[in-house]
Amino acid sequence: MDLGFTIKDIRDGLAKGHFTAEEIFKKYSDNIKKENGKLNAYLRIFENTNNKNKNSDLFGVPCAIKDNMLIDGTIATAGSKILENYVSAYDATVVKKLREAGVSFLGKTNMDDSAMGTSTESSAFGPTKNPHDLTRVPGGSSGGSAAAVAADLCVFALGSDTGGSVRQPASMCGVVGLKPTYGRVSRHGLIAMASSLDQIGPLTKNVYDAALVLNVISGHDVFDSTTVSKEVPDYTENLSKDIKGLRVGVPKEFFGEGLDSEIQERIRATISKLENLGTKIVEITLPNFEYALATYYIIVPCEVSANLARLDGIRYGHSSKAAKTLLETYMESRSEGFGAEPKRRIMLGTYALSSGYYDAYYLKAQKVRTLIKKDFDEAFKKVDVIVGPTAPHTAFKLGEKISDPLALYLEDIYTVPVNLVGLPGISIPCGKGSTSKMPVGFQIIGRPFDEETLLRVSYQLEQAMSDN
Amino acid sequence: MLSDKEVKHIASLARIKIDEKEEKSLKKDLSSILEYINKLNEVDTIGVEPLYQTTGLVNSFRDDEPRGEFKMDESLNEKLIGQAPHKENRFIKVKSVLSHK
Repeated sequence: MDLGFTIKDIRDGLAKGHFTAEEIFKKYSDNIKKENGKLNAYLRIFENTNNKNKNSDLFGVPCAIKDNMLIDGTIATAGSKILENYVSAYDATVVKKLREAGVSFLGKTNMDDSAMGTSTESSAFGPTKNPHDLTRVPGGSSGGSAAAVAADLCVFALGSDTGGSVRQPASMCGVVGLKPTYGRVSRHGLIAMASSLDQIGPLTKNVYDAALVLNVISGHDVFDSTTVSKEVPDYTENLSKDIKGLRVGVPKEFFGEGLDSEIQERIRATISKLENLGTKIVEITLPNFEYALATYYIIVPCEVSANLARLDGIRYGHSSKAAKTLLETYMESRSEGFGAEPKRRIMLGTYALSSGYYDAYYLKAQKVRTLIKKDFDEAFKKVDVIVGPTAPHTAFKLGEKISDPLALYLEDIYTVPVNLVGLPGISIPCGKGSTSKMPVGFQIIGRPFDEETLLRVSYQLEQAMSDN
Repeated sequence: MLSDKEVKHIASLARIKIDEKEEKSLKKDLSSILEYINKLNEVDTIGVEPLYQTTGLVNSFRDDEPRGEFKMDESLNEKLIGQAPHKENRFIKVKSVLSHK
């Protein structure tokens, strides 16, 4: 699949006068109007280009934003009926930064209801289709963003990743998806799902573009007190710096039961490529890996049940017409507004946090989380990056897993540990599965705030893979 | 396996009204997820501290100054409370808290 324009292509095209910012925006916009009917990647599109900052690397670049990030004066649904008509009162920090960098917003992309899902099928506005095969899911929850990038309906997109929601759809749609370190990018203006895990990241056509976008969206923000005041390097600067001798960890737990053989095949072949580039492949162990998903599915529902309590039918969002008392306003509005998955998670979290169960579930999970972090800390004493599959399967058929929540949860088995520990992770395309003929994603995990090494390895691997 | 009574109780704590069909499917789904989660009981966590967040930041302060681009006027007022389904002037109205019975 031809991925079309990269950020660099847009910059060159503008510099050489091949098109103006307005013309390239219109080209994309017209294309969306033509193609979106079959993909349902966009929920809404905008008409206006941005004329700010003509000297920026990103000036005139048409991009898409996941519908859980606020753009002042426009609707942000988070894929949910409960926010169907919600109008944003301000720009999210990432949106503000992109706007100042001269990026033009094409529209808002589809996602699983309240960012809960791994297939974009739980969206209240219908599923998004995978551009590689319209009978398959694009992954999720940032499925609209991934599909839009893969189908060249934008140059890049932003997604959010709580347990894999940028990396897994990137993997299934054959594009690059980066989840930065927790604390690297501000979530101010991101509709919160699980606050100790949520992170915003770019979905792009190549690693260089991911570095360019990260340059713009990173940094401390007084409106997100979890952001860190560390200097933001130019992430493009060292992409070509030699990776010879770099130590690459391969956790043996990543190749256990549940991994499709066609994925295993691609991942092993890609690891050989890394070895050919002069890196040192080291087998490592993450002994508590098998507990990461269970830990995640306690912590997330608990945080979800607290974050989504704000949706009460009183200040904004869906409010039931049937309610006669204050209690009914809560009960009916939430019943009518939330989809099945948010309901499941809110209830699970409510249960796990309720009197008598807190220690057994929530506290226990946070302790196991410490052990998972220790596993990674130990591993990073021996290696510089950790690699493996992004997802256990390629894109599955629409409807195939929708009736089994646990089966959908298992799609994130390789990505959730990264969020639990707050590490940066990226998925880059590494060919297609021999059976399914669908894209496979290769995941690279880095040390906290070491996106530079992560991107460097990704970039050189990407170059090596395009050479043959 | 959760009981019917437990599922009803959780829904009421979560302030979500569920019908009988939902109650049945939630009972099945939540029970199977809880069964999976119970796997954590295999892990020895004696003496292990919980990890609530990963940045290690403690007390992140900012100056208590008004945000420049947010000037309180009619239009911002409308943006912030204009979406409330029931309101009067600058106030959001809610239904009665105490019943009249």
